[in-house]
Amino acid sequence: MRRLGAWPSLGSLRLRLERQGLIARAIRSRTMLYPLADRTRRIRPDDILCCVTLRNERSRLPYFLDYYRAMGVRHFLMVDNASGDGSASWLRGQADVSLWWTDASYKGARFGMDWMNWLLLRHGRGHWCLTVDPDEFLVYPHMEHRPLGALTSWLEATGRRSFPAMLLDMYPKGPIEDAVCPEGQDPFQVARWFDPANYSIRKNSHFGNLWIQGGPRTRVFFARDPLSGPALNKIPLVKWAMRYAYVSSTHMLLPRGLNLLYDEDGGERISGCLLHAKFLSSFAAKSAEELDRRQHYAGSQEYRAYHAGLHRGDQLWCSESREYRDWRQLEDLGLISRGNWA
Amino acid sequence: MTPAVRLGVVLLCHGDLDMAARLARIWTDGGAQVAIHVDAKVGAARLAGFQRALGNCDRIVFSTRHRCSWGRFSLVRATQDAAILLLDRFPDTTHVYLASGACLPLRPISDLIAYLAADPGRDHIESVSTHDVGWTVGGLNEERFTLFFPFDWKRRRWLFDRFVDWQRRRGIRRRMPAGLSPHLGSQWWCLTARTLRAILDDPRRDEFDRFFRFAWIPDESYFQTLVRRHSTRIESWSLTMAKFDHTGRPYSLYDDHAGILAESRCFVARKIWPGASGLLSQFPLPDQGHPQVDPPQPARISRIINQTVRRRVLGRPGLYMQSRFPRKDAENGKTSAPYAVLQGLTDIFPGFEGWLGRHLTGQVHGHLLDPALVEFAGRPQTGPGAISIDPQVRDHDPQGFLTSLIRITDRMQAFQFSPRDNQALNWFMATDPNAHMLVVTGAWKLPILHSGMPFDDMRRIFAQLQRIELAQLDVLNSVWVRARLSQHDLGEFLLNPRAILQDFLLQIDPHSAPIAALPAMRDLTGLDGMLRRLRNSGLRPRLTGEDLPPIELLIPERAAAE
Repeated sequence: MRRLGAWPSLGSLRLRLERQGLIARAIRSRTMLYPLADRTRRIRPDDILCCVTLRNERSRLPYFLDYYRAMGVRHFLMVDNASGDGSASWLRGQADVSLWWTDASYKGARFGMDWMNWLLLRHGRGHWCLTVDPDEFLVYPHMEHRPLGALTSWLEATGRRSFPAMLLDMYPKGPIEDAVCPEGQDPFQVARWFDPANYSIRKNSHFGNLWIQGGPRTRVFFARDPLSGPALNKIPLVKWAMRYAYVSSTHMLLPRGLNLLYDEDGGERISGCLLHAKFLSSFAAKSAEELDRRQHYAGSQEYRAYHAGLHRGDQLWCSESREYRDWRQLEDLGLISRGNWA
Repeated sequence: MTPAVRLGVVLLCHGDLDMAARLARIWTDGGAQVAIHVDAKVGAARLAGFQRALGNCDRIVFSTRHRCSWGRFSLVRATQDAAILLLDRFPDTTHVYLASGACLPLRPISDLIAYLAADPGRDHIESVSTHDVGWTVGGLNEERFTLFFPFDWKRRRWLFDRFVDWQRRRGIRRRMPAGLSPHLGSQWWCLTARTLRAILDDPRRDEFDRFFRFAWIPDESYFQTLVRRHSTRIESWSLTMAKFDHTGRPYSLYDDHAGILAESRCFVARKIWPGASGLLSQFPLPDQGHPQVDPPQPARISRIINQTVRRRVLGRPGLYMQSRFPRKDAENGKTSAPYAVLQGLTDIFPGFEGWLGRHLTGQVHGHLLDPALVEFAGRPQTGPGAISIDPQVRDHDPQGFLTSLIRITDRMQAFQFSPRDNQALNWFMATDPNAHMLVVTGAWKLPILHSGMPFDDMRRIFAQLQRIELAQLDVLNSVWVRARLSQHDLGEFLLNPRAILQDFLLQIDPHSAPIAALPAMRDLTGLDGMLRRLRNSGLRPRLTGEDLPPIELLIPERAAAE
């Protein structure tokens, strides 16, 4: 606790300004969002919400919604960034989806985070909110027996406001082009391999979060330049409050305390994983398209690297890849932990 | 024939009234009489619905409502009022069980009644003298009674802490009312009506209440202290299984705990997560018609919870991940398993890696920290656990690289090291008790000797490597070293290589094959000449041993080895 009479340091003033700037951006960005189906009045006080930005994900959506519905998410707040594949019309027919449409620049909205921050600010206050992409699937300890509500009420009882879930890239055995996942099917029946130990961690002293890199993307696409590999640390589940804001994707938030989710005295806190269903047959087409749009982080250099890698015919699978079983396997490997949630 | 037991239950309800109504039904269906206290914070509409749901049962009474907050006397007041009402309305009650709206009976109520009837004069209440307990969490033990606590800990934390500090500084000590000795214990008890009446009707009750009003968490001490005054037959053990974590918060129970809960044979368990419909439908276990009186056996569930607390507090050694990232020297185990580092041996014996692989049961790598390539055993395209073989990826987080490798493999890891490699892990390995290091200093000179480089280059590289190794020796000779270190200079090692290697192999692997023959040694001829030339060029060669024995002395050993 801050002592009486102690002034906030310059560092914390700077972070506060940064946070207020983000919230201001979010509020300004609301004019870009055109509501297609606003069912937010159906949100009840303790509902768990899910916030998503998407573009051309029609075939992924049915499984995505069912996965999180079964987990206990009660309402979806979705932004359609000018899809041309009928995603919007399909989503409008879903009773638990509130949908907004925009053709504004994804990049201009800080890769969609301004839109997410606005929806969270407007509708997420006081709710546990899960902010994910349509290809990210949350896995947490005891998930087969306990719904997400059990986790959030436990987090709340132990005084926590956020929950970390590192991104775990899943990939098929064999060429990515051959990994076809039909609509409605569990993508992890196709892409069910992952790297068990190939991760590096650094602490970001400015925001207090851990910066995790590695996995198959760094191993195959970014080996020559590991520093520019994608970040895998994510904090997707937050009990939202008015003064919160996501800073960069869902990698970190402000205020800083929401990022301090790791124990520094040797103990383990609770954590989960976001299984990443990116490397399916649709990936090649998608990466070519994203490369043309140049709407992604750091000049889409990630997609440029993939494009180069894919043309060389690289495979993500290697003899050390592990086949995904369940969350207990991830916990034994040390990728997630149940902390003291017995 | 034992006298019949008439069980009464005081049920303290706070939030979830739907579950509380279900639990009240369970108690009354089992033959108990229930006095319910509903927190005054609950709204009138919800209360009305709750009372309607239970209205048709004449064995339920509702007591005066109080605003309860955690750790305050209001909880005791609510219990007292409800108990008085219960004993008043149902005078035939022989035992009173204190439970909450999150306490689920696991066994049939008839089991509990039979268990109580087996020894009807006994009070089941955990009551431990504060002089002896060490289990309270939060630092306050005896001070719970010797200081004043007028402020709410949850809502007025700042005032609470300041006021405690101030009282400590002023040396304030409250005196316990005469005749009481402070005791603590679980909040949930089962007392005989006789003892409970004696506590509630005590002529000095006002005095005691005044004292406990400003004590800290009186619900864990009021009845636990006063019972010592009125009862001689105390079973100091709560019949309600309630487990707390290292911060003093109660554990929640979920559907997947059903198996161990049934096995625990506890009568009542808390705290049930309100959404655990599986538990609510499965428990209490159906009444078989002939009550069982076997005592509770909570050992297994205690063990599981203790393991979890251990994981939360100590964690798994050598694990660095998104929710465990220990500070330097707070790691509780820098690495997860022993490993061996061999420095200089590949310079003396070029075929050492393969030779060692044949002697050890563990996995023998080359120079894992080599600047050009991560030399995993067998030189695969990807290392164990899909760790990249690219040195740039490794050097991005060398510590994570080593700890991941050791954690992901199930055999002992051994690797080669030299001053030519990345030195970033020197402190980490030297301070790690899991590291077994065999260091032959100065061995790096041998490859230079046969490199055929121009003398100027040789001298430059020689100086550079010597500087690196001297810096490393500063680490290895510091007082912080925790590694099992076996350090020799080149001359010393060359005099007796077989014994040194044999000792080290036995140290890291007691089942290692005995050394029959040493691998082929690099040719030493010209070493003394090179050293002399370097010395004459202004360099000061060190780390070889002052008394490098004449090369001829070392030749026979080498010949025997071949």
